[in-house]
Amino acid sequence: MKKRAVTPLPYSIEVAGEKGKEVVFSLGGRIALENLRSLNSGVQARLQEMAPAKLTVDLSRVEYLDSAGALVLLKLQQAARTRSLDFQFANIPATVRGIMDLLDREDLAAPPLIKDRDATNLVEELGGGAKRFTEDLVQVTTFLGELLRALAYALLHPRSVRWNDVASYMKRAGMDGLPIVSLISFLLGLILAFMSSLQLKQFGANVYVAPLLAIAVVKELGPIMTAILVAGRSGSAFAAEIGTMKVNEEVDALITMGFDPIRFLALPKVLAAMVVVPLLTLYADICGIAGGLVVGVLGLDLTAYTYLQDTRTSLTILDIVPSLIKAGVFALLIAGIGCQRGFQVRGGAEAVGTATTSAVVAALFLIIVTDSAFALAFHYLGI
Amino acid sequence: MLKLETIQDSLQTPIIEVDELTARFGDNTIFEGVSFQVNRGEILVILGGSGCGKSTLLKHMVGLIQPAGGKVILSGIDMRTDAAEELRLVKMGMGVLFQSGALFGSMTLAENVGLPLQEYTDLSPREIQDIVKMKLALVNLAGYENHLPEEISGGMKKRAGLARAMALDPHVLFFDEPSAGLDPISAAELDILIKSINAGLGTTMVVVTHELESISSIAHRIIMLDKNARGIIAQGDPRELKDHSPDPRVADFFNRRPGTGHQPKRN
Repeated sequence: MKKRAVTPLPYSIEVAGEKGKEVVFSLGGRIALENLRSLNSGVQARLQEMAPAKLTVDLSRVEYLDSAGALVLLKLQQAARTRSLDFQFANIPATVRGIMDLLDREDLAAPPLIKDRDATNLVEELGGGAKRFTEDLVQVTTFLGELLRALAYALLHPRSVRWNDVASYMKRAGMDGLPIVSLISFLLGLILAFMSSLQLKQFGANVYVAPLLAIAVVKELGPIMTAILVAGRSGSAFAAEIGTMKVNEEVDALITMGFDPIRFLALPKVLAAMVVVPLLTLYADICGIAGGLVVGVLGLDLTAYTYLQDTRTSLTILDIVPSLIKAGVFALLIAGIGCQRGFQVRGGAEAVGTATTSAVVAALFLIIVTDSAFALAFHYLGI
Repeated sequence: MLKLETIQDSLQTPIIEVDELTARFGDNTIFEGVSFQVNRGEILVILGGSGCGKSTLLKHMVGLIQPAGGKVILSGIDMRTDAAEELRLVKMGMGVLFQSGALFGSMTLAENVGLPLQEYTDLSPREIQDIVKMKLALVNLAGYENHLPEEISGGMKKRAGLARAMALDPHVLFFDEPSAGLDPISAAELDILIKSINAGLGTTMVVVTHELESISSIAHRIIMLDKNARGIIAQGDPRELKDHSPDPRVADFFNRRPGTGHQPKRN
């Protein structure tokens, strides 16, 4: 917003008396907020200049005084006191007196009950950070445990699950995400095939573009890109939804009605995510390969049949199934952390924002860490 | 360019004029042809049962809703104006205390109160700090400048909201249900605060409430809206109206009698 002070109405300070002796300041006009700056400096400068032994402030000509103006008068009184002057107000109009009485001089000097919030040092910061991290770890682990218990319960008692909710979340997290998943994985496949073809062309190894792309997309890029998109689209939405419910005391209402909020709110979201994320991953794989196919046909003079044949022979079921299992685990982590961050919300709008951000960041972190763990595990298992 | 004189010139005239105001949401007419004035320095209480449109009326007066018909003139400026400069002046000259205080949760009380000063004046941080301290002291919250809204009670939040509404020393303060959700003591404290600020600073106040105690303690004048009449059914001195109003709806309201016609009994 543009800062522009309103054209101020005039005020005046008239000085009478002799330097170093008895001095009278006569204030007039509007002693108000819009004049505050020049008033303050004007009054202080005259006090400095005259250096009176006795100061009287005549208020009879004051036309308008607001509380900011009254503050100037009190500050002047304070300044006079610190110089141990003989100070007094004179001819105070009734309205002016009313305002000055409203201000409590002792309250104005009261120190803040909480000291400056930013006054922490590096060691404190570090300690606080470590403590928060540990607490967070405990909370996430506890939540994951409760979530797994709820999942197990749901498997044993399928009728207890709110399937309508599951279906609606499947639509929101899965179907509504199809356009962006298609676009990103298609273009990613296209770019990857294009860049690798530029390199492989130099060695006459064009035919390896299809297997390279197939393995890269199915094993790594498909699951990771899908998980990242779902974390951004749905993990954040879950955190914001539950967080807002928490702020509105809706979660408390559920508890008092005897519902388990995890089973009621988190489980449908987690189940829905665990169903749709592997499906989305499979879809992303297909789109990625389609992107490669376009490059193969248009840029490498391969026929579509050869390209697809090369892709098919380079992939086995042992490439596809583990990557879908991985996608399922990603889904559990994304939805789980989204819900957990939502339940953590305390306070108001800002806390919801923090929880949403934290849900996405934590999900991305977990996705990458879990993916590395899977890569190692698959390697040693020989998959 | 518009100058402060415009506002000063209107010293003699009523500070707010509501002229034939009509509020309508879709086909649902809340009230029609409501006209009244608010005089400088008075505390006007708008009251009525639930759903009579008193909060809607307040929202029209502060410019949150554009009227379906009629107009609101605040300090000589028609609230329907598009002129940014005029609107800025009007907004500077008024303050609103919302039902739950509406403090910004991510800012300390000092930052909340200092925000309008930062945006609308060219004061130095030091001067702003002094004014903020003074405003908080004015609402009996001295020392709470570094607290966050979530760390204080409901009554304190309202008082802090009042300090923020008063940051620019407005000519008019609007209150939406000031005592709603407060315990009797906090509510009474807030009433006393409202009265002392009105007496000390001469600020005009428009209060929407249905708390009888508040009404009898703070109101100089009331206007009463009615849902079925879709408009004002009474105005004047509350003490007078309580005992001598010929209108049974008014007498019922003040004496807490369930309606003779408000809500027909079902058999």
